[in-house]
Amino acid sequence: MLLLPANLEQEIRGHGAKDYPHECCGAMLGVDGETGREVRALFPLINRRDDSPRNRFSITPDDFRAAERAAAERGLELLGWYHSHPDHPARPSEFDREHAWPWYSYVIVSVDAGTPRDLTSWLLEDDRTKFQPEVVSPVGVTSQNA
Amino acid sequence: MAVKVLIPTPLRQFTGRQSSIECSAATVGEALGNLTTSFSELRKHLYTDEGKIRSFVNVYLNDEDIRFLDKENTRTKDGDVVSIVPSIAGGIGKR
Repeated sequence: MLLLPANLEQEIRGHGAKDYPHECCGAMLGVDGETGREVRALFPLINRRDDSPRNRFSITPDDFRAAERAAAERGLELLGWYHSHPDHPARPSEFDREHAWPWYSYVIVSVDAGTPRDLTSWLLEDDRTKFQPEVVSPVGVTSQNA
Repeated sequence: MAVKVLIPTPLRQFTGRQSSIECSAATVGEALGNLTTSFSELRKHLYTDEGKIRSFVNVYLNDEDIRFLDKENTRTKDGDVVSIVPSIAGGIGKR
């Protein structure tokens, strides 16, 4: 289960809308605990696929290392990555699977004509053959509403 | 040469949760070969079926990308650190 505070979920949706019609991308930093993974912070990144930003995203090794440093500075772990699918469902593509790593949570937000819609999370199976859906649960909603 | 290979988080489940592995290797390629011999589950994540390092797997010797050195033939010396740094990519793909 991926625990994603409502404000951070909104931030991912907002990033997807802002970068539409291009794909947005970023890192999710947090804690991987016994009861699930909790995202505590986001680290938005620039989509480096200048040649094809509407249907692909890329995070360079330098950006990866910057995200890793940001996590370490906060005492957090790099839990996974988010990206948007402009005018496309929030399901991983074959292209996503080919480039994915195990263990990381991959959050996808669909952005339909500029409006963010579904948000899903996925984990790659260890044999790389497919993704499994990961339940996304909001945390912090109660305290935010209190 | 005794080198240390740093394992990124997603691959630690295949190295018994170890974040680094010490091994003896004269080149970066040999270090990675020793690593995947000891931990065979790593192979499919690092190499293609044709035995080439996957395009989204970046290998650094200390702070240098081995693509700008002598690639897998880059020679190592005692105390060197080999890092496996993932590139993250994806997207809708075809339109």
